[in-house]
Amino acid sequence: MFASCSDPAALNGLAWLMCYLTSGKHLLFYASFGTVILLLVVTAPLALLFGFGGALAARSRITPLRWFGRIYTAMVRGVSDIVFFLFVPIAMDQGLEWLRSRVFCDPSVPVRQGNEFVVCAAAKLPLATAPQWVHQAYGLSLAVAAFAVVFGAFAANVLHGAMTAVPRAQLETAEAYGMTDRQIARRILIPQMWTFALPGLSNLWMILIKATPLLFLLGVEDIVYWARELGGSKISTYAYPHPDWRLWYFLAILAFYLALTWLSQRVFDRLTTRFSRGQATAAGEALRYQVAP
Amino acid sequence: MKSIVLATALVLAAGAGLADTIRMGTEGAYPPYNFVNDKGDLDGFEIELGNELCKRIEADCTWVKNDWDSIIPNLVSSNYDTIIAGMNISDERREAIEFSVPYTPPPPSAYMALTPDAPIDGVVAAQTGTIQASHVADSGAQLLEFATGEETIDAVRNGEAEAVFADRDFLAPFVEDSNGELVWVEGHEDVPLGEGLGIGLRKSDTELKARFDEAIGDMIADGSLNEMIVKWFGPDAKTFAANATSAGSTAAADAPAPASN
Repeated sequence: MFASCSDPAALNGLAWLMCYLTSGKHLLFYASFGTVILLLVVTAPLALLFGFGGALAARSRITPLRWFGRIYTAMVRGVSDIVFFLFVPIAMDQGLEWLRSRVFCDPSVPVRQGNEFVVCAAAKLPLATAPQWVHQAYGLSLAVAAFAVVFGAFAANVLHGAMTAVPRAQLETAEAYGMTDRQIARRILIPQMWTFALPGLSNLWMILIKATPLLFLLGVEDIVYWARELGGSKISTYAYPHPDWRLWYFLAILAFYLALTWLSQRVFDRLTTRFSRGQATAAGEALRYQVAP
Repeated sequence: MKSIVLATALVLAAGAGLADTIRMGTEGAYPPYNFVNDKGDLDGFEIELGNELCKRIEADCTWVKNDWDSIIPNLVSSNYDTIIAGMNISDERREAIEFSVPYTPPPPSAYMALTPDAPIDGVVAAQTGTIQASHVADSGAQLLEFATGEETIDAVRNGEAEAVFADRDFLAPFVEDSNGELVWVEGHEDVPLGEGLGIGLRKSDTELKARFDEAIGDMIADGSLNEMIVKWFGPDAKTFAANATSAGSTAAADAPAPASN
């Protein structure tokens, strides 16, 4: 990065360390923190959306929809996360390629040939000619889909429970005022549900943060991949040889995750206060006396 | 998702008529064969060789990094088209994939440990799914497997394993760099194993195999492959004999083959 780093072998002490920590490989390591944050930022709202869908479906008056909601939550909650993380991206990738192969290729050629899964070049997703960042973005979106499916099911269960916890009398009062079902959901049910849902959702968010190293399983080059790659002992084939430093790299990741969860907890504490305001719950009552003595 | 589809559609339109694109899978963690250098780019003997072969077969090549333990499954499910990752040609692997003709003579393997008299029938570390790992398992020693080569060496350093068994050319720089900490195990510093390194290909890609075979044959014939081997592995490295054809070198490798099965 700096001109003085052109000959690392001649450096020592702090100058060596500065050059080492700003090498191209380290910049990729720092960028991978962005990958993790990006995954969280995209997955969390998507999972919440899946959760809402699942919870509303499970409460629906339409029987098949209710079954769908219940089966979705029961199935995902009942299967090991890692199995889903491995299954969903491969199934989606091969499913999409199979669909495309029916359109773009000769349909008489099977995609399964012996132990191989082969589609013609035009059906590849992404195409072999696509630049590398497209392949990486595609891989990350498959990972986001897997995370959203799994965490959506848990969110659905949390939201379903929270909706059931809203006092029936509140909903009956709304009915007595002549509100439609949709109005009741939007004006009464959902605003009051948050205070019950928040502890469960905050748990989910924490678990989601801590599950991001599973990206590494999916072949996405995340912080764990780079920490392992950079920390392993380096011989003189490399410009910056060093012994086994994995401990330090993993320590840095540990600090990163602790900081992230600590920050999240503070945000959730504030949200809890915000949503308790004016609620007919113990937390809401406590706030009432605190604000107006 | 939509934008990705759109982007690929654009690339398809733009890329039509150009040379075909080959995605080449490698591990990127096996110096000096293939590794990620400090700039963050792939580097090593196989990267240089792969790029040269691509030039000769007139294809556009892009490199893809993939973990060693899933490198064959991801080839057969078409995530990339070739494996160039220090992979020894063996009959066990031939059941799943096809190989090009070897681009190195059979590389010697070796045991490395903290002392030259370390037992090789005790706990021995090797990388998962390598022919060295099957050799250790067959030898009656207790096999300790790791996902990457570096971890096998760290296991010897911290006493988890008594010795490590791997390609000699992979271990050699570690021995040289360690100031006597790591040494060859006496009498086991040159174990012939395997048939040579080859490019892994899907069995259905017969046309691609023919092109690579021809290009490797060319590079052996004009001596450029030998130069590359010497450049990366030093003047003592095994090279292809002056007049030997690639077929001859495979035949010569048949003698130690049983060990790799």
